[in-house]
Amino acid sequence: MCTDSLDFDLPSVLLVAKDNVQRRMANKRSTDPPIPPEPAEYGGEVKYLSQSNVDVPTHQLVTPDGTYEKDAIPALDPESFRDLYRWMVTSRVFNRRMVQMQRRGELGTFGSNRGQEASIVGSAYTLQPDDWMFLGRAWTAMFIRGVSMTDMILFWRGLEAAQRSFAEHNSQIAISIGSHLPLATGTAWGIDIEGEDTVSMAYFGDGATSTGGTHEALNLAGALELPVLFFCQNNQYAISMPFSKQTKATTIAQKALAYGIDAIRVDGQDVLAVYDAVANAREHVRRGEPVFVESVTYRLDAHTTSDDPTRYRDEEEEAAWEENDPIERYQSFLEAEDLWSGIDHDAVVAEAEDEFDAALRTANEFEERSIDDVFRYVYEKLPPELQRQLAEYKALLEERPEMYDYIEQRPKG
Amino acid sequence: MQANIVEAVNDALHTEMAADERVLVFGEDVAKSGGVFRATDELLDAFGSDRVVDTPLSEIAIVGGATGLAMYGYRPVAEIQFSGFLPPAFDQLVTNASRIRWRTRGELSASMVVRMPYGAGVRALEHHSESLEGSYAHVPGLRVVAPSTPADTKGLLTSAIRDPDPVLFMEPKRLYRSFREDVPEGDYTVPLDEAVVRTEGSDVTVIAWGAMMPPTLEATENLDADAEVIDLRTISPMDTETVVESVQKTGRAVVVHEGPRSGGVGSDIVACINDEALMYLEAPVERVTGFDTPVPLLSMEDYYFPHPPQIRASIERALSV
Ligand SMILES: Cc1ncc(C[n+]2csc(CCOP(=O)(O)OP(=O)(O)O)c2C)c(N)n1
Repeated sequence: MCTDSLDFDLPSVLLVAKDNVQRRMANKRSTDPPIPPEPAEYGGEVKYLSQSNVDVPTHQLVTPDGTYEKDAIPALDPESFRDLYRWMVTSRVFNRRMVQMQRRGELGTFGSNRGQEASIVGSAYTLQPDDWMFLGRAWTAMFIRGVSMTDMILFWRGLEAAQRSFAEHNSQIAISIGSHLPLATGTAWGIDIEGEDTVSMAYFGDGATSTGGTHEALNLAGALELPVLFFCQNNQYAISMPFSKQTKATTIAQKALAYGIDAIRVDGQDVLAVYDAVANAREHVRRGEPVFVESVTYRLDAHTTSDDPTRYRDEEEEAAWEENDPIERYQSFLEAEDLWSGIDHDAVVAEAEDEFDAALRTANEFEERSIDDVFRYVYEKLPPELQRQLAEYKALLEERPEMYDYIEQRPKG
Repeated sequence: MQANIVEAVNDALHTEMAADERVLVFGEDVAKSGGVFRATDELLDAFGSDRVVDTPLSEIAIVGGATGLAMYGYRPVAEIQFSGFLPPAFDQLVTNASRIRWRTRGELSASMVVRMPYGAGVRALEHHSESLEGSYAHVPGLRVVAPSTPADTKGLLTSAIRDPDPVLFMEPKRLYRSFREDVPEGDYTVPLDEAVVRTEGSDVTVIAWGAMMPPTLEATENLDADAEVIDLRTISPMDTETVVESVQKTGRAVVVHEGPRSGGVGSDIVACINDEALMYLEAPVERVTGFDTPVPLLSMEDYYFPHPPQIRASIERALSV
């Protein structure tokens, strides 16, 4: 992009944009690498660049046994410290209720994120409302930016309507794994052109890093130096596939280097470390450097409610991660900091339960939809052929009401 | 042996892997967990981790890798977990698999099968419900097969594995466990490229395949006319002869498919009837299809695919002219 093209009279909004662009451009790569590359030394043996030579540290602030260094803790106000706790508990309550509902047949397939609360909450808490957010399993992040529990229930009941509110909050859930990373790069491209002071963020799993789209998205983001934050939750499994078999790379973070993108690896069970890492990354991203974060965490529940993890992982491993609980670790920190007295755990749970009950009541009242909903939004304006298909179908429903014997056979949203 | 469709897939894989060492099975979650629908259950125990492989989450590499293995002389059977995840790998089907024989002037070929569950009606998430056989049928050099019964599933899958060219094998997942029937044990094949007449009749021809067969057969029960129901089985290349002969006999035709109407396989069937049986027609050919819309999420998905009363309405309309 050429900043010169902005050198004419501009309305004030665009002048701000111009400032941002110039700030960002100033940070962009100033020197190109020499071509051809100068070898550092001549002769000798063939040298390999190997992952064993790459030191990938893991950022951690509070250890599993609750010890920490006071100076390293991010400077949050007490209310924010408590907020992080409340969001993690709310997430866990929502998960439990949703899994229960699915078992009772009141929901479609549901993907729980129990165990990943610190990873999701710590990262999402750094984002601003105008940032873009693309995600899969990390739907808790959408609550933090104001999406209602009702809409989340409706989504998992298979009602498209819920996705409008997701979009109103600059968020979307991607079901095709990895398909959303190019979208994050693309929206970041727009942010970059506009000179907006926002970022685009993609949440994804370890499995997603094996898809082609992920690599193409990273490469484009690196090449164009776009404000996109790639947040990978390495929760150790992609359905049945353990991380050790997903890739021969020992860490996911190191993959970013091939695209010239800086990476951070963080302990995903440590909410403060995740917050710290992502807040830091977001600052880099705002300046026009894409950043890749690998958050090391664990999916405690089944992959989805239709999955049976006993087929591919043992109880010992699960128990070890149950022990490494992010909420408990954070509680010990809050206690040590004397912040815990400001939290009534039972009240936090009760509040989340009440919110869920109310959301469910509203969701249950969601009015029955009609066939028009299937045709709305395919195009801005319904083309004549689709109008015809819709009219034909409506006539059929009138003419053959026995159609409803086949249509109404399942519980509805 | 009594089996449902998913068990028939499993049986065909067991039998062919035992018969031919070159057959490899791979895909996401196929080995250790036996596939999300259990179609590949117990193959790992029977044939080991060299021949039954859990792959990373990489549709492009699964289909492209299968193509390379096949060029090398293996007979890969790759699974795509849901048909909605084939699109990234569509490139490998179009760019490579379907053209290897053509490109190498017959020196090499890609004897491979890509299996995948397709279709709506199982309350799944976005991208889990489409029927895009029309798009795949548009690729020259690729075979597209969709069985509708357990016995056909075993026989067609076995033929597909043995076939020297690439086959996209679309499994109607709504029917996976919906009924059982007698499936021959051991070596059993059903020829590719041949449609089958499911019920004979003289008044109207109804053409369907895959998940649309049960509603189609239900729609023709207790009709005041004799319907001839054709199960296409191989969608591309199509057995137009069976279709045309039947329409020449009955003079009326109805095509039923789940995928979107425009650019769908139904359009091709109507065109081939026009080409070779126009003068025999006594009524316009009817099409019963999905809409030209994405498949709705689960709460409305029942509206999307054809049901018996809808198929019956079209049959009666064709008969009324
Ligand atoms: C392109 C694609 N292929 C396959 C699937 C089926 N599938 C759904 S989730 C999943 C595993 C995802 O693992 P990961 O990316 O690590 O994310 P996680 O769910 O563990 O957060 C698979 C294979 C899919 N949704 N999309």
